[in-house]
Amino acid sequence: MLGEGILKGLGETARNFAGSFVSAERLTTVQYPEERAPVIEDTRDFPFLVYDGSDWEAGLRCVACQICEKECPPKCIYIVKSTDKKPDYVGKPQIYPTRFDIDISVCMSCQICVEVCPFEAIKMDTQFELSTTDRFGGLLYDRKELARSNEYYHSIHPTEAAEVDARLAEEKAKSDAKAKAAAAAAAAKAAGTVAAATPSAAKPVTPASPPSTTVDPAEGETKG
Amino acid sequence: MIEKADQIFVLLAHWLVSFLPAELQHAAMVLLGVVGIIATFPAIFALTVLLERKGLGRMQNRYGPNRVGPYGLFQPIADGLKSLTKEDIVPFSADAVVHLLAPVLLVVVVFMGYAVLPIGRNMTLVNMDAGLLFFFAIGASTELSVFMAGWSSRNKYSLLGAMRAVAQMISYEVPMLMSSVAVVMMTGSLSLNKIVEAQNQYTFGLPHWYVFTPWGFAGFILFAIAATAETNRSPFDLPEGESELVAGYFTEYSGFKFALFFLGEYVGMMGVSGLGATLFLGGYSAPLQALDFVPSWIWFFAKIMLAMCVFIWIRGTLPRLRQDQLMNFAWKFVLPLTLLNLVVAGMWRFMGDGWMRWVVCSAILLAAYVLMARVGMRKERFGPRSYRYAE
Repeated sequence: MLGEGILKGLGETARNFAGSFVSAERLTTVQYPEERAPVIEDTRDFPFLVYDGSDWEAGLRCVACQICEKECPPKCIYIVKSTDKKPDYVGKPQIYPTRFDIDISVCMSCQICVEVCPFEAIKMDTQFELSTTDRFGGLLYDRKELARSNEYYHSIHPTEAAEVDARLAEEKAKSDAKAKAAAAAAAAKAAGTVAAATPSAAKPVTPASPPSTTVDPAEGETKG
Repeated sequence: MIEKADQIFVLLAHWLVSFLPAELQHAAMVLLGVVGIIATFPAIFALTVLLERKGLGRMQNRYGPNRVGPYGLFQPIADGLKSLTKEDIVPFSADAVVHLLAPVLLVVVVFMGYAVLPIGRNMTLVNMDAGLLFFFAIGASTELSVFMAGWSSRNKYSLLGAMRAVAQMISYEVPMLMSSVAVVMMTGSLSLNKIVEAQNQYTFGLPHWYVFTPWGFAGFILFAIAATAETNRSPFDLPEGESELVAGYFTEYSGFKFALFFLGEYVGMMGVSGLGATLFLGGYSAPLQALDFVPSWIWFFAKIMLAMCVFIWIRGTLPRLRQDQLMNFAWKFVLPLTLLNLVVAGMWRFMGDGWMRWVVCSAILLAAYVLMARVGMRKERFGPRSYRYAE
């Protein structure tokens, strides 16, 4: 009969109306600033730089290889290499970034920088409340603002961070073993020939090419 | 005491006016009445908008506005301030004068309808003998305003919306008038005060409202349908169908002019609700004799608010009609039933008291309803669609 469906529909909306006051599961709205939906582990928005230990400047994993800068599709990363070196997590002296800027107003959260980084130094953050009244400077993050501890990384992406730590530990063990073998070989050599041997066992492992490329732009910058 | 509470506004107005010289008193009384109407109904409009936003939210299982003030109660104030401070944009090629006049005309016309509505006992601004006629005449002018808005905007969406609105409003004005004619036939008067007084009687403590008779019930339902369409409310909101026409005839309006259209629409809805309450629901009379001690104007406003709640409820429930469905419904279903209702009202009048007229009148109306629904509203079956030029 005509109108039956209308009455049925009116009943449905009346039930919704009354039910929303009675049962909490009808109202699925999460009232954001007061309540928050649980964060999904794989969520991501903008990159940050991981550091080990307590000192962010000393512990920064980044070696300023500039792969992320080159791969970044919207070109939002800007890196300046250092002229000196500091030891990395295996104790090997490495170049570090004197400047590492990310313009998150340009960043498109594609995670390519994370995927190409060979040093597990750049990861994606979950922090999304980044609004600022300064649209240019406020959204251009330098390396201090980007630095986050490994513990923080563990707290936001526990599974991924555990995998990364395992991988780094494995690499460290491998390089330690290599260093030990090299040291042993050097010791044997030193024992054989009573010559004055240099103590640096890590020297042959250090890649030769990066220092030569880094020196030029750094010098160019200091000149300019 | 009860009498005083009932007449409180009348007494207040008389007391205020008594300070003026005698020759100014009549004009001052009228002015006070106008100010009262113009102050009261926008206040109810603010309340209704809040009710609508919160009620619709609840019907869709969400909270609705709840940020401004406690429980979002100050939301209408925020909305008002927002529309006041927004830029008023007039399209370059629009007819600026008509563009400005359209919302003003709408609001003026809509408020004029209240002049004849009996808001309470002795609370009719102009006690006109042909009050009903005046209301419909004024109500028809809203079409003018809508078309002015659509035409002056020089925008295809506005124009389409306005054309739809005018077609719809003219189509539904006929059944709206026809369903009220039955009331006029029974009362024997076009005066809204007399119509209310005719219903303001009780047997066994129950009121003589027209809605409690077969012809009155049918008339009320038909009136409600026509009134919904007349005020462009969902499910008859084709003139402002967002999915097709952006915003219909007020696409090119912004800022306070838009707010005026909004105000006009809601105040118009309240006016039509008030008319419906006056015609079928006993106007300002109490629903039970035992409740007669409550001031009459409270009943009138309660009935208006109830009607607004039903408007909101229907809006939360029904999807929008298609243009051809809208027209079919008006001309093939509502109009024939209203015409039949006139005949039934006549029968009711001349069959005398007794249970016989209840049975006969109800049976005729019910049979007609079922038959019209079966035959008139039957879905037409067309063959597979054929294209003449497109293939």
